[in-house]
Order: sequence, then structure tokens, then C-alpha cells
Amino acid sequence: MRTIVGLRYLKDVVILELDSEKCTGCGMCTQVCAHAVFAVNGKVAQILDRDGCMECGACSMNCPVDAVKVRAGVGCAWAIFNDWFNRKRVEGSEQ
Amino acid sequence: MDEKAAYFKGWMDTVVGKVPRISTHMGFRDQLGGCRVRWGVGRMHYTVPAGLYAIGEPDPESAVLVTANYKLSFDLLRRELSGRNLWLLVLETFGINVWCAAGKGTFGTQELIERIQTAQLARLVKHRTIVLPQLGGSGVAAHETKKATGFRVRYGPVRSRDLPEYLDNGMMASAEARRVRFTLRDRLVLTPVELVQAWKPSLIILAIIFFLSGLSRDGFNLDAAIFHGLTPSLVYLSALLMGSLVTPILLPWIPGRPFSLKGAQLGLLLALMFSLTLASGWSGASLVALFLMVPATAAYFAMNFTGCSTFTSLSGVQKEMRIALPVIILTITSGGIAWLVGHLL
Repeated sequence: MRTIVGLRYLKDVVILELDSEKCTGCGMCTQVCAHAVFAVNGKVAQILDRDGCMECGACSMNCPVDAVKVRAGVGCAWAIFNDWFNRKRVEGSEQ
Repeated sequence: MDEKAAYFKGWMDTVVGKVPRISTHMGFRDQLGGCRVRWGVGRMHYTVPAGLYAIGEPDPESAVLVTANYKLSFDLLRRELSGRNLWLLVLETFGINVWCAAGKGTFGTQELIERIQTAQLARLVKHRTIVLPQLGGSGVAAHETKKATGFRVRYGPVRSRDLPEYLDNGMMASAEARRVRFTLRDRLVLTPVELVQAWKPSLIILAIIFFLSGLSRDGFNLDAAIFHGLTPSLVYLSALLMGSLVTPILLPWIPGRPFSLKGAQLGLLLALMFSLTLASGWSGASLVALFLMVPATAAYFAMNFTGCSTFTSLSGVQKEMRIALPVIILTITSGGIAWLVGHLL
């Protein structure tokens, strides 16, 4: 596995979807993802490592056919504190 | 443009007007400035003006690199570009680094499009390619930029130190250069700011510790406050360091995935060490307080490090906090009650 040894966050929490019907296999998601979550296998992209995703939103942002949906935001306790208690928004709307 | 800036080397005449030419040398002042912001000094105002810059003797065929206007990012980038002829397009991110600014949207599609237009990039260069740092991808839509400006966005490597290889390799990044890491060094440079930010609330906490230590059934006594408050203060400061310094350093090797759980384990170890040494003579109730409050304090500070890390997700940190935060509050409260009871009765 191509993972950072010991540096893995919680399992089964990430909200990330790939629509293989829409995907054209351009590979933009594989270029922008800093955690090698995607791979283009044959004609379309695949999610290889969902738990490695940090929900930065780069894949969805750069998908020209809108095939990737992710709950984009920042995994930062301080930002979430502010969101809970000061109602400052940290979360991008679902892309 | 501040002509007195150490990186300014003069003006270059181009078809779009004068463009500042910058040095790729990192001077003492640049190093010092970088060190200061790592400690939180003037960190929010460490900027360079947004706009177009020249490195070396660029011409209409030269590559265009895009970056943020945080001076630390700008310095790390130009340092890697010595001996090259390039254009540099700096976006206005209000002194925030590329990744965080992309997350906020200031290193974004709109700013990039406007900056390409105001710099008259289409007149300056013949080609139609711009190179962005990979981590800018969460703020920029490459296809929309292309549609609006004609420029094709290519994502370069994550780290500027991999840029020379990327540029020499026909703008292809290796799989390794596309991955973000979180090395010991990466973690270490981020801890000073955490400690500086914990300083102010810590003063209040220490004041409370000394005040409560001076209380007895006969009222408040300053000598007692100092005499009884020293060890608990030391305990608090050690728990703080355990959570915001030792946990980040040992992050990959501490069992468990939630940061708070990692911090709590080290906190438990710390409580054990105190109970065998400085706190060995404490009453039962005070020991209960020690074993409740130290792990909870370390867990809290460890959890705050999630925002510095390069691999935690919003969904993950929300889940961690929904469980950890109530536990931490409950543990600190019950620990505080146990301490007061042991102290006053």
C-alpha cells in the first residue's frame, strides 16, 4: 500500500462519490489529489483509497464533467469550533 | 513594489510595461523573517505585492509559475529557481499560503482569471500554459480558467523543491512529487505557533490554579497559593507540552487514529510519572484529579493539531470532536471537583 506509515485518519467517514457514467478518464483527479485516492484504470477513474481522502475538494473542483462529488472542507478542530460556537462557516457547500 | 525589498533586483522592460525582476537568493533577512513567522510574529502581515515578476531573463516562450503572496511561500519558491528564466504570477491571498488560501477560495479561479487579465499575460507570452502548485487545486478549476482566459492550467508538484525536476522533465511530476507528506520536520516547524497560541489561555489557567491552591477553609492565603500552586502549574504546563509538542512529534507511532486519543495516552503516561515523583504525596482525591485532568488536557491540545496536519478530513474531525469534546469537558470538570474536594476538606 502506498500510504504514509502511521499517518492515517478515521475509517469510513469520508464523503466522496465518483460517477463512472460521467467520467471520461481525463485523469485530472489523479493529478490534483495529494493522497493518491484515484487511479485511472482502463477508461475511467476509480477510487482506490477512500479512507486516504482529506476532503480538500480539489478533484471535484477540477473535474470538467462534474463526475466527482466530495464534501469539501478543512479538517481543523479550531475551524469546527468556530463553526459550532460562532456560526462562522467553514464548510463549503457540497460540490 | 517596494524597491528596497532584498529580493528586488531592478525593473525589466516588457511589452506590457515594467516588471520587477527578483533575486533567487535567500538573504539573512529572508531567513530571519521566515523564522519569526514560524513563531507567530507578524505572521498575518508577511506579504509580497500580488502581480507579475520576472526571474532571470524571461522571454515570450518562458514558463509562467503561479503562487500565493505569503512571503514564506514566495521565498521557498524563488529559492528553487536560480539560473532559470521564468515569469512568476503572484495571486492576492492576503498573506495566506497556497493550500490554506485554496481552501478558503482566495487562491481561486476568479482571482487567477483576473490576475491573468490585469497582468496581460496573453500579450506577454506566446504559449498558453500556466503552472500552479498542486495544492492550489482545491481553489482553482482548471477547465474554467481555460474557458475564461485561454490558458491551460498544469499542476506542478506539491513541494517547490521538486519544481526544478518537474520543469526539466517536460512538466511531468513523479507520483512521489504528487503526494503530500507530513515528516518529522514538517510537524516540528508547525508546533511553535501552536505553543504561542496556547500562551494566553494558559496564563488564565495558571492564575486559576494558583488562586484555587491558595484557598482553604480559612480563606485565601498568598503564601499557600505559591507553595501549593507550583506543582499543579508544572503539571498543567507538562500536559500542554505533551499535547501540542510531544504528540505531534510522535504522531505516527502513537496507537489509535483520533488525535485526542493519541494525546490522552501520552497524558496518562505523564500522570503516571507525576504520581510516582512530584505528586507521590498527594491525597487520593488529588490523585484522581491528576489522572482525569492530565490526559484530558493533553487530548485537547493534541486535537487542536488536526488543523496543522495534512491528512485529516472535515467529516473525520467532526466525528472525533463530537465524541472527544464532551468526554474532555466532563473529565476536566469532574477532575476539577475532585481536586477542590481533596484540597478543601
